[in-house]
Amino acid sequence: MLLNQFLILGAVLFCIGVYGVIARRNAVLVLMSIELILNSVNINLLAFSLRNGSPDGHTFALYVIAVAAAEVGVGLAMVLLMYRNRRSIALDDLAEMKG
Amino acid sequence: MFAASSEAGSAVLSSGFFLEHAWAIPIIPAVAFALIIFFGKKMPMKGSEFGIASMLGSLVFAAGAGYQWIQRVNGAGEESYVAPIVKTWTWWQSGGVEFGIGQHIDGLSLAVLCVVAFISSLVQIYSVEYLRGDRRYTHFFASLTLFSAGMMNMVVAENMIQLILGWEIMGLCSFMLIGHWWEEAANSRAALKAFFTTRTGDMGLLAGTSILFFAANDWTQKTLGVSGFSIRGLSAWALSGDPSHMAIVWGAAALFIAAIGKSGQFPLHTWLPDAMAGPTPVSSLLHSSTMVVAGVFLVARLYPVFFTGMDILHGSANFIVIIGGITIVIAAALAFVQTDIKKVLAYSTVSQLGYMMMGLGAGAWLPAVFHIFTHAFFKACLFLGAGSISHSASHHSFEMKKDMGGLRKFMPVTFTTWVVSTLALCGVFPFSGFFSKDEIIDNVGHNGYTLFMYIGLGGAFLTAAYMTRATYLTFFGEPRGAAAGEHHDEHGDAHAPHDSHDDHGHDAHGHDDHASHDTHAAHDDHHGDAHHGPHESPALITVPLIILATLAIGSGFLNAAPFGEKWENFKKWVEPRVEVISPTGLAQVVGGAGEVRVASDESTDTTVAGEEASATSDGHGEEATASGDGHGEEATTEGGHSAHESPCGSETPKDGICVAPMIHHAPFKWSKALMSMIIVFLGMLISWTLCVQLYEKKNKSLVGLTERNPLLGKGYRFLVNKYYLDALYENVIVRGIAHPIAAAAYWVNQNVLDGIVNGAGTVTKKVSGWVYRNVDQRVVDGAVNGSGNAATGLGGFLRPVQSGKVNQYGALLFGTAAIGALVLVIINT
Repeated sequence: MLLNQFLILGAVLFCIGVYGVIARRNAVLVLMSIELILNSVNINLLAFSLRNGSPDGHTFALYVIAVAAAEVGVGLAMVLLMYRNRRSIALDDLAEMKG
Repeated sequence: MFAASSEAGSAVLSSGFFLEHAWAIPIIPAVAFALIIFFGKKMPMKGSEFGIASMLGSLVFAAGAGYQWIQRVNGAGEESYVAPIVKTWTWWQSGGVEFGIGQHIDGLSLAVLCVVAFISSLVQIYSVEYLRGDRRYTHFFASLTLFSAGMMNMVVAENMIQLILGWEIMGLCSFMLIGHWWEEAANSRAALKAFFTTRTGDMGLLAGTSILFFAANDWTQKTLGVSGFSIRGLSAWALSGDPSHMAIVWGAAALFIAAIGKSGQFPLHTWLPDAMAGPTPVSSLLHSSTMVVAGVFLVARLYPVFFTGMDILHGSANFIVIIGGITIVIAAALAFVQTDIKKVLAYSTVSQLGYMMMGLGAGAWLPAVFHIFTHAFFKACLFLGAGSISHSASHHSFEMKKDMGGLRKFMPVTFTTWVVSTLALCGVFPFSGFFSKDEIIDNVGHNGYTLFMYIGLGGAFLTAAYMTRATYLTFFGEPRGAAAGEHHDEHGDAHAPHDSHDDHGHDAHGHDDHASHDTHAAHDDHHGDAHHGPHESPALITVPLIILATLAIGSGFLNAAPFGEKWENFKKWVEPRVEVISPTGLAQVVGGAGEVRVASDESTDTTVAGEEASATSDGHGEEATASGDGHGEEATTEGGHSAHESPCGSETPKDGICVAPMIHHAPFKWSKALMSMIIVFLGMLISWTLCVQLYEKKNKSLVGLTERNPLLGKGYRFLVNKYYLDALYENVIVRGIAHPIAAAAYWVNQNVLDGIVNGAGTVTKKVSGWVYRNVDQRVVDGAVNGSGNAATGLGGFLRPVQSGKVNQYGALLFGTAAIGALVLVIINT
């Protein structure tokens, strides 16, 4: 069944992404992991779109890509500022919000 | 038949813009008042231009409305009912009772409106010069304008509530104007006295209005569909024969008490002479066309109520005529012992108001109203003349004996206008007073009040005598004091004799001492530049005087009965046509279209009644019905030129309502006029002879007579002390009633009220102490502290979670999401 393979690929990508977000200390790598998560979602959308024979999923995936691009733009800008201020992009150093 | 009758009875009365918009007449000065208050000080003429412009605007409206009213009357049939132009809007509602505001315009209100607007305009123009440089110049004009607005509002009033509104505005403004120079204690006392004395009477107005409302409301609602406050409703009710005797007698008496207070009738006249403390233009306005005329106007306006309530038709004496008669004589007698020129005029006003009241009380409605009209002109002229003298000749003193005399040479214009107005006031033949005052006396006698006719003639004698005395002291003889050019110190010299003169205390202060205020410099300049001695006043003062004097001669010819009926225009225009009209006719008036069909009875009944009704409206056949009841004959025989006859006032109207009582006019006879003329000239002659003997020849047998003859001395002191009425009011009534009440109130205050307050305070303190200890400290504070502690504990517990590390947050987020997904899966399977 083709659908299953798509979903499994999506799940694998999602897990890798989540692992990256949690485990990585480098902010750029966290952003890339988030991209992975989003792409896994896109794969799921396309898979179900193909199965149902409707173009809605495709359209929605295009929107997700656009939003992801914007998100990466903002994220990279933040990383850049972070680097300028602290000469480091290690997320562990950003603990000022500690309660 | 119906078509024929409606054609016969539908003479459409003309109307016009000014008649329809007469309600704007009081609005104009009211708006001007606001403008003066807010912007007056910034204007080049300090706000007086607003006042004068508004007065001229009102005058244009009033004159236009008067002209259109004359058109309306002339357009109507000879004896058909001319409906007033009534408009009403709801002012406010309370408990199902509607309080309206609007206009009730007929001949009476228009005559008074024209006078008020005219005199107010002249007085304001005069004040521009007279009060130049005054400290509260702007406020003076504001009060003066509002004062006129109040009077005009009262005159156009459609109902009693609106009338009370105007009445009270005037009361307030008179207080402000009389006390204009309040820095002087005497002036503010005079203002308070005027206010409180009129307030005493005003209670009667409220009581009377309430009595009449509760007695009449049902009838007026049922018959006419108007409220029991409505003036036309009350008039119709009073003549309908339905009102209960008690209600209308007490209502009329209470209203008349209000008129006593406002119009300075005995025994509440004492405020009027004291009101001289105000600036002279105020006195002039107050005493000619506004304020004091308000009481007379009230009686004239609600005449049917008084006509029925006082039983004017049948009696030979009633409350109104007695009060009027007493007032004529006592006020005229008081005028003889005054040395202050304005006080002579004040008592003269009181006396003339007595004539008006007596006329109204004796059924001489039209002459009394005409006397309001003519009196306004010559009395305003006299007061402004007195002001002119003080302004230019006597250094702001009004003392005739001390600071005047011989002024006719210096002030020819003032002198001429004064003499003309004096002759008018005395009622000498071609002058206006003759046509009104003599008519009053004549009609009073004609209506069966013989005693009061003699009182009126005696009053005419006294009037002629005291005015001759005042004229002599002011304009003849040798100049004295300030008039002789003595420049005395305003404070010392002017006051000392004055104080000794009325050492009986609390008298209104006799002269306009405005030079003692910060205008001192201005006046010194004024006199320094011009002459030190007496001189004629500038044009802003003399022109109003000349205009008023012209009217003092001319206004009498509006109703010159001696020259035949053609000359009786005032009667034609002002006196309501006495007809029985159908209630629907009045209801149409209520509709406010302004154009009202002359009412006939065709709508009330079917064929037979309709036949009669068409006859009525065709040929004015009331004579037929009236004479059928046996009332017509006597009047047609003795009434002379009043051939028209109506049952209104004398009996219950059938199939309709009346709005005015039928009054018969006395036929004019030259013999009667000649008699009163002789009396007047006798008064002048005797007075002149005495004055010359006393003041010029210093006749030994006359000078100091009051000191030598104990009886005359007592009489003199009695008069100087004003019949001890002030002493009675202040020492007996106020001390005897008000002071014990005040003492009792103080005792109650100290012992009862304070005890209650203190007790309540102690109890409150104890209760609050308990509450503080138990409720506040334990319960409330416990709850507050407990919640705070709980929050702190929880925060401490959750604190480690907030590590500040993004990865950790992400882990928490995804972990939670995973748990959530797991729960979803478990639930869904």
